[in-house]
Amino acid sequence: MSETQNISGRDLIAYRTARFFEDGDLVNLGIGMPTKCLDFLPEGIDVWIDTENGAIGLAGPPAEDEWTDPDVVDAAGNVSKLRVGGCCFDSFTSFGYIRGGHVAATVLGAYEVDQEGNLANWMVPGKTAAGMGGAMDLVAGAKKVLIMTEHCDKKGNPKILKKCTLPLTAANEVDYIITELCVLHKTTAGLVLEELAPGVTKEEVISKTGAELIIPPEEIGSMI
Amino acid sequence: MAKSKIVPLEKAMEKIIDGLTIMIPGFVNSGVPEALIKGMVDKDVKDIRIISNNTSIKGRGIGLLVHDRRIRHITCSHIGSNTETVEQVVAGELDVTFVPQGTLCERVRAGGAGIGGILTPTGLGTPIAEGKDIITVDGRQYLLEKPLRGDVALIHAWKADKMGNVVYHRTARNFNQIWATAADWVIVEAEEIVEVGELDPDLIMTPGALVDQIVDLGGVE
Repeated sequence: MSETQNISGRDLIAYRTARFFEDGDLVNLGIGMPTKCLDFLPEGIDVWIDTENGAIGLAGPPAEDEWTDPDVVDAAGNVSKLRVGGCCFDSFTSFGYIRGGHVAATVLGAYEVDQEGNLANWMVPGKTAAGMGGAMDLVAGAKKVLIMTEHCDKKGNPKILKKCTLPLTAANEVDYIITELCVLHKTTAGLVLEELAPGVTKEEVISKTGAELIIPPEEIGSMI
Repeated sequence: MAKSKIVPLEKAMEKIIDGLTIMIPGFVNSGVPEALIKGMVDKDVKDIRIISNNTSIKGRGIGLLVHDRRIRHITCSHIGSNTETVEQVVAGELDVTFVPQGTLCERVRAGGAGIGGILTPTGLGTPIAEGKDIITVDGRQYLLEKPLRGDVALIHAWKADKMGNVVYHRTARNFNQIWATAADWVIVEAEEIVEVGELDPDLIMTPGALVDQIVDLGGVE
């Protein structure tokens, strides 16, 4: 427990996000920080990893000397492994599972996210032109949309805004925003400050957030 | 007895001429019909449109077509895995239309299944919705997305029998199965060729009836 108390930064974001998963959930983790959730799965919680390029049951990259089938790749195109009980299917079927609400949670990063539950994470006009890949389908289709993000950008500007300024990935689909400072829940009333990181005050969160927050009158819970 | 559709690579290239729209499956480097793409490069095919999910990586697969500037237009969901494609697109030298990955699959499925489009919630409220019809069904909004087809599809099979029944392998299946339905001419490259009757009919993923030609890769993956 004392070790847990020391978690901070990106580890804390992953630790808390992993606590949204229920045992047996089918979850899709975006490339990068979202895959870190697997390092912090609670005891007794086993999730099945969906990869939109056509598999359920990815088990992560092989060890250095381990043979693995080169035809099993993850959503970044890197060679991965399939666990026992995993299965493969074509891309069309894969996105049917995604849009059809069969994926319990999708976890992605954000350039910007706002108090209406809008997400922008695929395009910065004039700067990036990578394409949205499967992100728009995942956010529109998964039962729960979890956004893992640092609270502010590298320059210290808020990433959580009243209204996104960048082109959207999806409108009004975000459910939770998990940062190194807090957990925000998008409800029909607005963005509710539900949990704080150890040592973080609601005043600090408010000062670093561009969105209007709903602050519950009762004591705010801890992320740990 | 079913007639063999196996042809040499050069013969398969006869159908691929300048100016066509070519369906090319694959996810980054997985399940990409690399031998057929190489055949296009060797034949010096130019001015093509491609429908693909992405453009492999620099120097491989679809990346060869990008490098040689053989492509006039790409319809795809992502180019981030290929730095050269990104550079050309940012410089305004290569025309790209981004389509969300699931929508891309459904549009190609519609193209191959004879239906006039699909309704999807994906992209509502985003730049993807601009100029498109929004249709309300039972109180929910959907975008109308129209079918996509090509002149030729290039398919990468794990196993094919001599009449073109195909089995794909693991996640290398990706877009191959649907792409094979949405072109006027379908060319399969296969890592392994087996006799007709050897594949379990319940496990065949693309029926030979949809396949026009097979190129034997002779065990090369």
